[in-house]
Amino acid sequence: MDLPAGAIDADLHPMVPGLSALAPYLPDLWRDQITLRGMEGFDTQAYPPKAPKTVRADWRPQGEWPASRIGHLREQVLDPWRVSRGIVTPLYGVQLVFNEDMGHAFTAALNDWTRAEWLDADPRLAGSIVLPMFNAEHAVAEIERCAPDPRFVQAMVLVMGETPLGRRHNWPVFEALVKHNLPLAIHAGTAYRNPVTSLGWPSWYAEDYAANQQAFQSTMASLITEGVFVRFPTLKVVLLESGVSWLPAFLWRLVKGWKGVRFEVPWLDRNPFDVVRENVRLSIQPFDAPEDAETVQRVMDHLGSDQMLLWSSDWPHWQFDGPPRLPPGIDATLARKICVENALSTFDRLALEVTP
Amino acid sequence: MKHIVAPVAEIPPGERRLVEAHGKRVVVFNLAGEFFALSDRCPHQGGSLAAGPVMGLVESPCPGEYHYGRAGEIIRCPWHAWEFDIRTGKSRFDPRRMKVRAFPACVEKGEALQAETFPVLIEEDYVVVEL
Repeated sequence: MDLPAGAIDADLHPMVPGLSALAPYLPDLWRDQITLRGMEGFDTQAYPPKAPKTVRADWRPQGEWPASRIGHLREQVLDPWRVSRGIVTPLYGVQLVFNEDMGHAFTAALNDWTRAEWLDADPRLAGSIVLPMFNAEHAVAEIERCAPDPRFVQAMVLVMGETPLGRRHNWPVFEALVKHNLPLAIHAGTAYRNPVTSLGWPSWYAEDYAANQQAFQSTMASLITEGVFVRFPTLKVVLLESGVSWLPAFLWRLVKGWKGVRFEVPWLDRNPFDVVRENVRLSIQPFDAPEDAETVQRVMDHLGSDQMLLWSSDWPHWQFDGPPRLPPGIDATLARKICVENALSTFDRLALEVTP
Repeated sequence: MKHIVAPVAEIPPGERRLVEAHGKRVVVFNLAGEFFALSDRCPHQGGSLAAGPVMGLVESPCPGEYHYGRAGEIIRCPWHAWEFDIRTGKSRFDPRRMKVRAFPACVEKGEALQAETFPVLIEEDYVVVEL
């Protein structure tokens, strides 16, 4: 099925063209450190710059960084696909920094770069507040600093962080998000605080990328069992580049466990599957199902909700060739929900009308 | 149909007894002198509740706070550890839709039970379930 007109793209990734691009947005102290320390950049092995998966080959321009200018995004996504709104989320590895003050400074610079180079450049764009999660106070401060700009429609953390995301030391972050009506986006990727699989380090990129799914599962289990949605019932969580088809089977297992050891998490007074249907949304690039309508329909039946999925291109990551298509077997009504309506009900700050 | 389970003294507080009568398997509990009877078949896959552990009820008004009370009033199926309220048969994870069948149980005087086929002593009290 082709994309309906006016689709909202929930997962776009501008790439920072080298650390020097952030320099104008850094305080003098940290700007000078780039030169003094000979810092080369925060390109992360979660998305190695030259890996095929990181940028579709035909989206790599000659002689310049791919996906680094608003022109690239307009030419490759916004204009040809008649996208009405797009949410940009840079995946530059500011989360990798171990010095929490330096991490905070570079994360704030990245958010200002997003604002100046992307949000100011095209009224169709909205942004994600990248959160410095090493320190919850810094994350809260960054939410408070950026939230007054309504073009920031969500905040973003990587799925593999320091500790399981639902732990109570992160609750001030969730409280700030709820206060400002900002969903929490959780994107594939890692801050490299732990091996990317619970078995240890894998050998290959294919293993590494697939391991994100385990991380999404454990993150969902953490948020649900720690009672984050009990304490913050209006918090919305958006899984980006998570894949979709794994979710029902994972929840069957979690629900089964919960029925037996409910007493361990007595605050969890609802079936975890119902919690997910109400509070969690997923982008559909990738969807991770065979290309047949019957299987896709079965996944939709298992999800048991037509409100959970959000369309995304995942630009410039290599998830597909040619123009965007929806998974087979999705009818026009559902397509409209996935591409437009679900995003509007997820991101309260996102309106279809844009003011240039 | 009335079934005499045992003299009261044979099922002390905190104890339980499995009985089979009229084609049914029923487990009878003594909660501090009050008697309750549940089907011995877990509604999930048929595990014998008579073989499960009991515990109190853990409740919580918010994450991190635990209220633990009603000691010994929750029976857990030995197979998948589902919790059931001994007083009502209702499961804890979905009390409205998932429950084990409960039967009325009470204590009656032997004197009043003389017409039954079960041999009784007039001066004893008996646990009785209505099946």
